[in-house]
Amino acid sequence: MNKAIIGKKVGMTQIFDKDGRVIPVTVIEAGPCYVIQKKSKETDGYDAVQLGFGDLKEQRANKPLKGHFMKASVAPKKHLREFRLADAAAYEVGQEIRADIFAEGDLVDVTARSKGKGFAGSIKRHGQRRGPMSHGSHYHRGPGSLGSIDAARVFKGRPLPGRMGGDRVTVQRLQVVKVDADNNLLLVRGAVPGPRGGLVTIKDSVKAQK
Amino acid sequence: MDKIRMIEAEQIKKDLPQLSPGDTVRVHVKVIEGTRERTQVFEGVVIKRQGSGLRETFTVRRISYGVGVERTFPLHSPRIVKIDVIRRGDVRRAKLYYLRKLTGKAARIKEKRN
Repeated sequence: MNKAIIGKKVGMTQIFDKDGRVIPVTVIEAGPCYVIQKKSKETDGYDAVQLGFGDLKEQRANKPLKGHFMKASVAPKKHLREFRLADAAAYEVGQEIRADIFAEGDLVDVTARSKGKGFAGSIKRHGQRRGPMSHGSHYHRGPGSLGSIDAARVFKGRPLPGRMGGDRVTVQRLQVVKVDADNNLLLVRGAVPGPRGGLVTIKDSVKAQK
Repeated sequence: MDKIRMIEAEQIKKDLPQLSPGDTVRVHVKVIEGTRERTQVFEGVVIKRQGSGLRETFTVRRISYGVGVERTFPLHSPRIVKIDVIRRGDVRRAKLYYLRKLTGKAARIKEKRN
């Protein structure tokens, strides 16, 4: 991992490429982020940078938090995330990171918390099929058989209804379609997890570029 | 949503003719055939406009060799070279789906009188 930034999902739209084809894009307000802390092998056991994003009201920051941001001489931030960047040592505390670290055509991985679906049945949650709706079926959207009677128990991992969504989801290899450095906007091809206004982290893809 | 509108603003066409359902139009579309590029004309009645901003599309219906053909175009697509409005129709709804059931004389649309 070489590059990382924190952002906010703005929403989706579509744009036309130079051949006039429609590209679905997600608009992400990425940065400006600030390096709040640097972690190194000697002191912490691993190399990483801690980035802060989004302003926090002065009165919402408690004393320890204020002190933490004071060290980087940056105003208190709402969100802190740590990234194990390969060149973490090259960053300086207090350094600003903007959307322009990414360029058009880069492939990125976007991580966010997916939309919560509440308590969902096994059709929605696991993609099971429903039973017949008519002809006296009386079995519509149930989870089906739970397994053999010989086992006298239900095996672990059986697809059953339960809480769905609200998970940490990463979408890999999304192409950066456009970078608007002035407005800190990134346009990424395709969908990104989470609701509009949700926090997302963008990293360069772990899979091969191109 | 204004950030999305800002991004869309770059590609939104400002010189579009006023286009409403019921109008008869001639749409000039760029078609790429292998390496060659030419302009194709599609003429018919606008039966709907859908969406907003850069995502807006319109659908044109025509009868071609006795078969109804509907084509949906993105309104702001760079592939649309020109839209000529030939006739303004006088209709009472925004979506003219009822035209699909009508043929011949019944499928005519009154011209709007100013």
